[in-house]
Parts: sequence; structure tokens; C-alpha cells
Amino acid sequence: MLTAVLLFLPLAAALLLLVVKGAAARALAFGASLLEFVIAAYVAFDFTRHGSAAYNLDYRWIASAGINFHIGLDGLSLLMVLLTTFLVPLILLSAFKRDYDNPSTFYALVLFMQTGLLGVFVSLDAFLFYFFWEVALIPIYLLAGAWGGERRIAVTLKFFLYTVVGSLLMLAGFVYLYLQTGPAAGSLAQHSSELTAFYNLKLSASEQSWLFWLIFAAFAVKMPIFPFHTWQPDTYTEAPAPATMLLSGIMLKMGIYGTMRWLLPVVPLGVSQWQKPVIILSVIGIIYGAIIAIRQRDVKRLIAYSSLSHVGLMAAGVFSLTQIGLQGAVVQMLAHGVNVVGMFFIADAIERRTGTRFIPDLGGLTRRTPILSVCFLIMLLSTVALPLTGGFVGEFLLLAGVYQYNAWVGAVAGLTIIFSAVYLLRMFQRVMLGPDSAFSETITDLTGGELLVLVPLIALVFWIGLFPNTFLHISEPAVANILALVGR
Amino acid sequence: MTSIILLSVFGILNLFLGFLRSNKVLLPGAMLLLLAVFGANYADWNVAHAPYFNHMLVVDNYTVAFTGIVLLTTILLLPFSRSYVTSGEPNLAEYYALLLFSLVGAIMMIGYDHLLMLFVGIEILSISMYVLAGSNKRDSRSNEAALKYFLMGAFATGILLFGIALLYGATGTFSLSQLGAAVAAPANASLQPMLYIGILMMIIGIGFKVSAAPFHFWTPDVYEGTPTFFTAFMSTVVKTAGFAAFLKLLAVALPAAQGFWMPTIQAMCALTLLLGNVGAAAQTNTKRMLAYSSVSHAGYLLIGLVASKGILTGDAASGIFFYSLAYSIATVAAFGVLKLVAEHRQEDRYSGLNGLGKTNPLLAFVMTVAMLSLAGIPLTGGFFGKFFLLAAAVGQGYIGLVVFAVIMSMVGLYYYLRPIIAMYMQPAPEGATPVPVDGIQTVTLVVLALLTILLGIAPGFMSGIL
Repeated sequence: MLTAVLLFLPLAAALLLLVVKGAAARALAFGASLLEFVIAAYVAFDFTRHGSAAYNLDYRWIASAGINFHIGLDGLSLLMVLLTTFLVPLILLSAFKRDYDNPSTFYALVLFMQTGLLGVFVSLDAFLFYFFWEVALIPIYLLAGAWGGERRIAVTLKFFLYTVVGSLLMLAGFVYLYLQTGPAAGSLAQHSSELTAFYNLKLSASEQSWLFWLIFAAFAVKMPIFPFHTWQPDTYTEAPAPATMLLSGIMLKMGIYGTMRWLLPVVPLGVSQWQKPVIILSVIGIIYGAIIAIRQRDVKRLIAYSSLSHVGLMAAGVFSLTQIGLQGAVVQMLAHGVNVVGMFFIADAIERRTGTRFIPDLGGLTRRTPILSVCFLIMLLSTVALPLTGGFVGEFLLLAGVYQYNAWVGAVAGLTIIFSAVYLLRMFQRVMLGPDSAFSETITDLTGGELLVLVPLIALVFWIGLFPNTFLHISEPAVANILALVGR
Repeated sequence: MTSIILLSVFGILNLFLGFLRSNKVLLPGAMLLLLAVFGANYADWNVAHAPYFNHMLVVDNYTVAFTGIVLLTTILLLPFSRSYVTSGEPNLAEYYALLLFSLVGAIMMIGYDHLLMLFVGIEILSISMYVLAGSNKRDSRSNEAALKYFLMGAFATGILLFGIALLYGATGTFSLSQLGAAVAAPANASLQPMLYIGILMMIIGIGFKVSAAPFHFWTPDVYEGTPTFFTAFMSTVVKTAGFAAFLKLLAVALPAAQGFWMPTIQAMCALTLLLGNVGAAAQTNTKRMLAYSSVSHAGYLLIGLVASKGILTGDAASGIFFYSLAYSIATVAAFGVLKLVAEHRQEDRYSGLNGLGKTNPLLAFVMTVAMLSLAGIPLTGGFFGKFFLLAAAVGQGYIGLVVFAVIMSMVGLYYYLRPIIAMYMQPAPEGATPVPVDGIQTVTLVVLALLTILLGIAPGFMSGIL
């Protein structure tokens, strides 16, 4: 029952926000998201002691088509739920920092999106999964399109069309699988779209081969994997900061999560056929994203390409099909979510103070902003994967997984750490240190309200870095289960 | 049957009420009556009625279901008649009467069991629509629309009637069930060509009414010129009744001739999807876009006819029902908002919707829901409409057609997003004032949006009922 509460609480708050305006809207939005996090934390606590049985809900949804409203939790989805519920209050706090037009609608869309995201992570029925997958898209499209920068209309249209085309292909794949369940010429009511029904299908290798690409299309666009990434840098740059955080911090993980739950175990033969090309594409993405990031002059755009590079490593780790690689992907999803939200938050904080994100215009900011500099450095070093930080654990495990798959590929993928050190430290040097700019004397340091966002993020960076077992332990059975299904 | 009698009687009564000339009386009166008819219609659900008038008309669940759609659509559409059908208009009562008569025609088209009944139904519906298309008689575009619609429509009805005559010549009967038997076991093989020409002509005639390509060419011009209120009626009630009649014809009278009509319908379907979607993508005028979009939706419904394989019940028939319902509701919402905005701002291009999200958040929200539903995005009824139809078609093995339909619906996304972009992402024009919306229109808009979302999150109560 608590799963349903988790799922619909943000939606209820979003609906309330349509009538509540002004200061009360902020309190309502933040309160609801905080309550949501408390519930999720309780669920996590209860889950580790009593297991997942209590969180399984299964209702008939559309009887005439054999579709169920089936939601449930395992270690993997629990961690994603925790990440989402942890980040959304912080993202809302960061949204309070700016005066957006029509703020209560803005918050309502963020919360509406939270329902979509959580739905993706807990669905155990293919059509329910697809349903939430699209539900998450509509609010982020409106957020980026209505509150974004100058080029928002063309950019978000491209984003929307890319992702919808990808997910329609996934839907086509699901419909095919769904019609394979049950009797061959039965009516729709005799088929089933349950995840387990998909797992039990006996499909030929050639069917799995093309089904792989149909389903993977949606995930590849969402992550995004090279060469399906062209929407990403523009959208990240043009969207308002909270929307960028939602996109990069959580929505990106829908792609990785979807691959782990809805691709690997469903078409294992297809995966083994395409494993190598996908890993190669991922590694190309790592290098490509990193090289382009080096040349960027816009802070937000640089972080966008850095994110592209990092997600490539996650994908490569997942497709290594090793326990260590998948576990690494899980930890890195958490760490990257925290890092990238922190980075975008700091980029936004600088932009709010100086009115620009253009690197050559900035410089020498650190003298007046010791706290900002420290926070920035911590987030940055975690992104570079310095030991003790969350990024290190994730990337280390991922690289170990890729190395197990193939030492050469592992070696090339390992370049990501060197590259990210290059472009991130160069950015830090040119923005915070370096010769003074017009803003060096006037810029103010972080306020208490801003620290409220950054302190939890930094705490989590070190928590993941120092005690990764807290999380690895939760996801281990789920990951082992997935690999067992892949290896069958 | 009760619904036909009630509607006819009230239609005639309305003509006598013409002296009132007051929308304050006529509008609530018409809505109440339609609600009563809706109730009477619902009472026939799962009730076995003997066929009426020597098997001319049957009232079964099929009839009740589709009649329900046309009645509901009309009820939800009526509140938008205000200001167009203004008080003081000399012919006010006649418009209401014609609307009610055209509903009688629609119900006959849905419930017919005899080809003459089909013809009478189509004529009652069409003649009312010819008049209503030209009801804005001081506007030359409205006149043009009426003339075009009438000339083309009369031609198409002629072809349809010729087809009926040829069918009669080949089989010796007008009755659907007897036709089914006669087509399955032809008494005289030399009459087969006559039968096939007859079927083809009937397909052309009905294809024209539901604006399926290549007989859709009249649609954009007529839709654009016709007063928006009646355009909405045309694109929902006429299409729903037309498809109900089409499915019944193919499934009851002609299942045995499947080898002949199946390729024809498939070709029409692919062509309709292509021309409808590509045509809509090229428009800059919201009303014309909706006209082409209505053509494209005929294409999706044709997939249902293909998937039905000549069966009046089951997944495909239920899919057509659900699709028509979701499509009608979303279309009424879209036209309703468009009419209010276009009248206020005197602009029916996309730019007329600019900044509506700021000036009228409710109108913009309803329009967004309608567009997402027409595009088939989840959370709206349109998604499950497409899902049920396409899944039924894949289940019958028509994968190529479905792949094409999915590609076309990707094109659809592009043009359905344009009103949304205009409303939320473009600034309102200088000095734009909120569009006035009265109480009952507000309620109706909310109901339309909620129904669309309800069909999108709990489709179970309306799916698989046939």
C-alpha cells in the first residue's frame, strides 16, 4: 500500500498546487516532497528488515486486454526511488531561488514528473511502465519549453520528438512481446503484459535480435548513448536549471534502469548478439563527450557533455553483463545523480550572481566566495572520481566490470577519468581562479538557503564514497537476479 | 427506438418554438432533452429488442454503444453554440431542429439492418449538414463550404445509391443478414462482377462521408468555411455514425466478400493515413489542421475495419468504439476551445493561440489534453484508442500496416504540438485580454478534459464492451 502512497502523493500535491498560489505553494510543494522522502526512507528501512513482499500491489487495470496495475519494489527500484525522492526536494529548493513566472504551476509540474519517474521505477507491467515513461516526459517538456532559454522552442521540440519516437519503438516491441504471451490466436484479454510473463517467453535468437533494438531505442535516447544524443546538450543548456537537474539527475537513470529491468532479462539472446556494438558505441560516447567538453565555453554545456561522457561508462558497465559492472552502474547512478545536480546547482548559483555562464567572462571568483569554491570543488572532484567520493566507487566498479569484459575496452574507457579531470579542472581554474574578472569583487558567497541544498548532496557524496556497502547491499540480490535471468 | 422518436418529436416541436428566439430557453431545453434521450438509450443496454419495421432497424448493444457516443458528443458540444447561434437570430430554432434531425439520421445509420434504412439515415444526416454548413449565411466562406459540401455530397450519395441498387441486382435483397448469406453462396455466378462493382461503389459513398482518402478532398475547405460549432459536429457525429455503418456493412453483409474489400480498405487506410498526416503537418491554420487530422483519424479507424475481418464483436469492434469515443471527446474539446479563442481574437491560425496559457489557463489546459489525446500520448484516451486498434491489428497479423500507422502518428506529434507550443511558449499578443468563457462552457470544458483523462487512466470501463 505504501508503494501506491509513494506513487500518488506527489500527484495529489501537484493537483493541489493548481489552486494553491503564492507563498503557500512553496510550502506545500516542498512539504509534500519532503514527506515523500521520509516515506521512502521508512520504506527503505523496512525493506532491509522485512523484504519486499509488503510493497507488491497487483490490481486488474484493463481486464479486456489483460493489463494489470502491478507495482512492486526490489533493491534496484528501491535505490532509484530513494534517489528520486532525495533529489526532488533539493531541486524544488533550487527552484525557489529564482523568480519563475507562474511558480505554482512550475512546482506542480516538478511533482507531477516525480510521479512519472517513480512509476517507471516501480512498474512491473510493461504497459504500466510505458505509461509512466510517457507521463514523465510531458511535464519536463513543458518545464523546459515554457521556462527555458531563448532557443527553447526548437530545442525542446527536438527533444520531445526524439524521445517519443524512441518510446514508440519500445512500445512496438512490448506489443509484440505481449502478443506472444498466452494462446496464439487469443483475444487481447488472454494475453499478458506482466514482466514475469515476458521473462518466461521463449523467443528465437532472430526475433530477439530486432526486438533488442526496438526496446533499446527508447533507453538509448533517454540516456543518451552516442549517436542518439544530439538532443541532449541543447536541451540541458536551454532548460531552466531545475529542469536540467531533473533531466540529468533522474530522467537519465530511467534509461539505465530500463535497460537493466526491461531489456537484459527480456531478450538475453539479443543482448549477447549486440553486446559488443553497444559497448563500442558507449565507449565512443565516453571519449566523444569528453573531447567536446574540453572545448566548451558555456558552463552548463560543459557539464552536459560531461554527463554524456559519464553515462557512456554506465552503459558500458551494464552491457559488460558482470555482477561488478551492474553493481557499479547502480552506485554510479546514485553518485552521478548527486554530482550532476550539485554541479548544475552551482552553475546556476554562479549565473544568478553574475548573469552569465560564459567561461571567458568569468574568473577569479574564489576570493570572495570561499564556501562556494569548496562546495564546487567537492562536487567536481566527485565527478572526476577522486577516491573517498561517490564518483570513485561507481566508476571504479564500472571500469572493473568493463575490464572483465575486455581489457582493451576497459583501458580506453578508463580514459574518462583522465579526460574529466582535464576539462573539469580547467573549467574550475578559469571560472574560480585565474585572472580577475568584472565579478571578482562583487560576487557574494553562498547563502544559508543554498547551503541547505548543497550540504545534503555533499553528505551523500561522502556517504557513497566511504560506505558504499549500504547501497551495494540493497541492490545485490536484485542485480544477481537480473544476471541469472540473462544467463539462462 | 425511443431515442429516434423522442428526437424527432422534439425536433418538430422545436420548429414551433421558433417564436421564442431565445437561446436561454432553447439551449437548456435541448440539453435536457438530449440527456433524457441519452438515458433512454442507456436503458436499452443489454436488453434484447425484436427488430423494428420488418427488420429495417435493430437496437442491440452495438446500436446502443455508438448511439451513446453521438448523443454524448452532441450534449458536450451544445454549450459552445452560444454566441454563434445567438439569441435574436431569426433561424435559431431551425438550427436546433436540424441538429436533432441529423442525430435521428445518425442513429438510423448506426442501427440499420436494411440498406434502404442506411440510405435514408445518410440522407437525413447529410441534408441537415448541408444546411448547417451554410448557416452563417452572410459569410461567403460558409456559403462556399455549403455549396461544395452539397455538390460533392450529393454526388457521393448518388454513387452509394447506385451501389445499393447493384447489390440488390446481384443478390435480390436489401436486408443485411440475407445479403450476408447471398454473398456467401451466390445463386448466379455471372452476377459476381455486378456485386463487386456494387460493393466498390458503396465503399466510395461511405468513404466520402467519413472523409477517407482518396475521397477526402472536400474536407479541409468545408471544415474551414463551416461555422466551427458545426465543423465539430461534422467531424465527430458524422464520422462516428459513418464508421458504425461501415463496420456493420462489412461485417454483417459482406464478410464473405472479404477477399475483395480487404485490399481495397487496406489501400484506402494507408493512403488516408499518409495524406491526412502529411496534409496536417503542412497547415498553419488550426482549423485546417484539425480538418486534416480528422482525415488521419479516419485512417486509424480504417485499421479497425481491417482488423475486424468482418466480425461485429470482439477486439477490433470494441477498439473502433473506444477510438471513436476518445476521438469525439478530444475533438469537441479542441474545436470548443478553438471556437471561443478564434471568435474573441478573430484569428484561427496557430498564432491566434499565442500565450493562451497566460490569459486563459483553463482553455490552454483543455486544449493541451485534447491535442495529447489526438496525438495518442499516454494519460489520455487517445492513447488507449490507438493501442486497442493497433494491438487488434497486430494480433490479426497486419504488421506492415501498423508499422506505417505508427510512423504516421510520429508525424502527428509534430503538428499536435504546435498549438501547445503557441499556447505555452509564445508570448501573448500585445494587449490580449482573457477570452470570455461562461459558466456552463467552463463546466463542459472541465468535463471534456476529465473524460479524456479518465479514458486514459481507467479505460477498462469502456474497453472490450462489444
